Amino acid sequence: MTGVSAIPASQPEGLTTIEPIRLPRSAIFVDAVVIARRNLIGIARTPQLLVFATIQPILFVLLFRYVFGGAIAVPGVSYVDYLIPGIIVQTVVFGATSTAVGLSEDMSKGIIDRFRSLPMSRSAVLGGRTIADLVRNVFVVLLMIAVGTAVGFRFHNGFLPAVAAVFVALLLGYCLSWVFAFIGLTVADPESAQLAGFLPIFPLVFASSVFTSIQSMPGWLQAFAKVQPITRAADTVRALTQGGPVAANLIWTLLWSIAILAVFAPLAVRRYRHG
Amino acid sequence: MIDVEGVSKSFGETKALVGVDMSVPAGFVEGLLGPNGAGKTTLVRILATLLAPDAGRARISGVDVRTDPNTVRSLIGLAGQYAAVDERLTGRENLVMVGRLYRLGAKLAKVRADESLERLGLVEAADRPVKTYSGGMRRRLDLGASLVGRPQVLILDEPTTGLDPRTRLDMWSFIRDLVAEGTTVLLTTQYLEEVDQLANHSIVIDRGVVIASGTSDELKARVGTDLIEMEVSAAELDRTTAALRGIGCGTPIIKRANSHITIPTCVPVPDLMAAVRILDNAGMVPVSLGLRQPSLDDVFLALTGRSTDDDGPSTTTPTSPQPARSPA
Repeated sequence: MTGVSAIPASQPEGLTTIEPIRLPRSAIFVDAVVIARRNLIGIARTPQLLVFATIQPILFVLLFRYVFGGAIAVPGVSYVDYLIPGIIVQTVVFGATSTAVGLSEDMSKGIIDRFRSLPMSRSAVLGGRTIADLVRNVFVVLLMIAVGTAVGFRFHNGFLPAVAAVFVALLLGYCLSWVFAFIGLTVADPESAQLAGFLPIFPLVFASSVFTSIQSMPGWLQAFAKVQPITRAADTVRALTQGGPVAANLIWTLLWSIAILAVFAPLAVRRYRHG
Repeated sequence: MIDVEGVSKSFGETKALVGVDMSVPAGFVEGLLGPNGAGKTTLVRILATLLAPDAGRARISGVDVRTDPNTVRSLIGLAGQYAAVDERLTGRENLVMVGRLYRLGAKLAKVRADESLERLGLVEAADRPVKTYSGGMRRRLDLGASLVGRPQVLILDEPTTGLDPRTRLDMWSFIRDLVAEGTTVLLTTQYLEEVDQLANHSIVIDRGVVIASGTSDELKARVGTDLIEMEVSAAELDRTTAALRGIGCGTPIIKRANSHITIPTCVPVPDLMAAVRILDNAGMVPVSLGLRQPSLDDVFLALTGRSTDDDGPSTTTPTSPQPARSPA
């Protein structure tokens, strides 16, 4: 926390030797907290955005629970218990797209330029943004569980697995935030970022086990649906909340999350550094 | 304090800067003049460590922007035409955040934020979200944000573009105070009047190249001190131009598009009176007639033969024996 400020502006050139500034190791944490705080204040002061963001998954719950649900047969469990774990995963994935919108908004308003011109950690702007979006996702997931419970969803597998289920979903959401950070920094205007965020998400969410069993899909689609992260995460959350074998899906979900983070976090930071 | 040597930067095929040199001593205000797209912002972004130059070297207080950007960042403050403040935060929250990111402790960041708010007359609005601020207040807050780190060098990218005249005067007085305290300023602007008011020295860039440098008086001397400007009916344009030959001390500039005649003059009032007598004797009445100070556009036209808002060769037709294009 030293710096700059030690040199008075009025000191004429030649009398001062400029000490090179080394960012302390703690800079990334300190700065990420500053940025996360800023973004959370922003989220809290625009509750209408949060409301709109939660209306959509609530509509999905109502639509699939009461309109399509009767026509969808899933093996072993009641449809509402099948649906809500899927909805939780869908919610965190859609929630992660807000990272793209937020960052591209900051880019287009010049705030990213201000951050880039400050002696702060290069990764902290993205770290702070993704952490703030994670906190936002925690709120939305808890809300969806409440809505799910209201329409008949129940945890049938005990408390700790239920907590683990929420953690798994949030982890995937957090790692996906880095994909959207990269997209947001690349696209640079909020409307396009929104669209560019949804494009890859749509096939992943719908060609998955979020709403229905993948058994009824044609073979080629089933092959895709079976391996992709959203199916794995939805099945993990389902097993953790309803019981059943969990290990394989859990491991796949964790591997996917780590792989996504390992690829996109460096890409996003690189994109941030080089503008 | 600011040393730029042979800096070049291209974006694909477009050469944004070509071998730009600039040297600004400590405590000086350097004006950086040029039309949109001249390369001003590219130079600002290089000095603010947002872009790396392709060639050449740029240093702030002797520190290279490319090899030691973090030290440079701790020495500079950046404020610009796009007030880069968070609309959802209050003014105070914005400044404290920037203070923290300048690596100040929490307490010091608060103190500096208060100082900045006081200085820029934003104390009353300090705890309101910025989205309730007027454009001028946002711009002041943006300048305030660049001050919380007590920068040695302030980089101002068109700080008054789009501001109303009163807010512009306020901004000028803030900048003057900072200079009085020893801050070195790079002032990017499209207004000659602004460098006239604030800058010790200026450079003019066009298409990435420095085409002139000097004090604002020296720059204005390229056009003559004042200008007689008149609008006539299109039919009378050639006749009027011919009648007024011999008036003024430079090459008249004729804009056919809107039938404007602009005559540089070294003795404004006698020249204006002489012009009126000639027109009166010939029975010609212009649509409008007046004296004005030269603008950046006039300097630019004198230097390049192009208007600042032109891209093509020119919609300006030089009339008169000598060509309007003067050596740059």
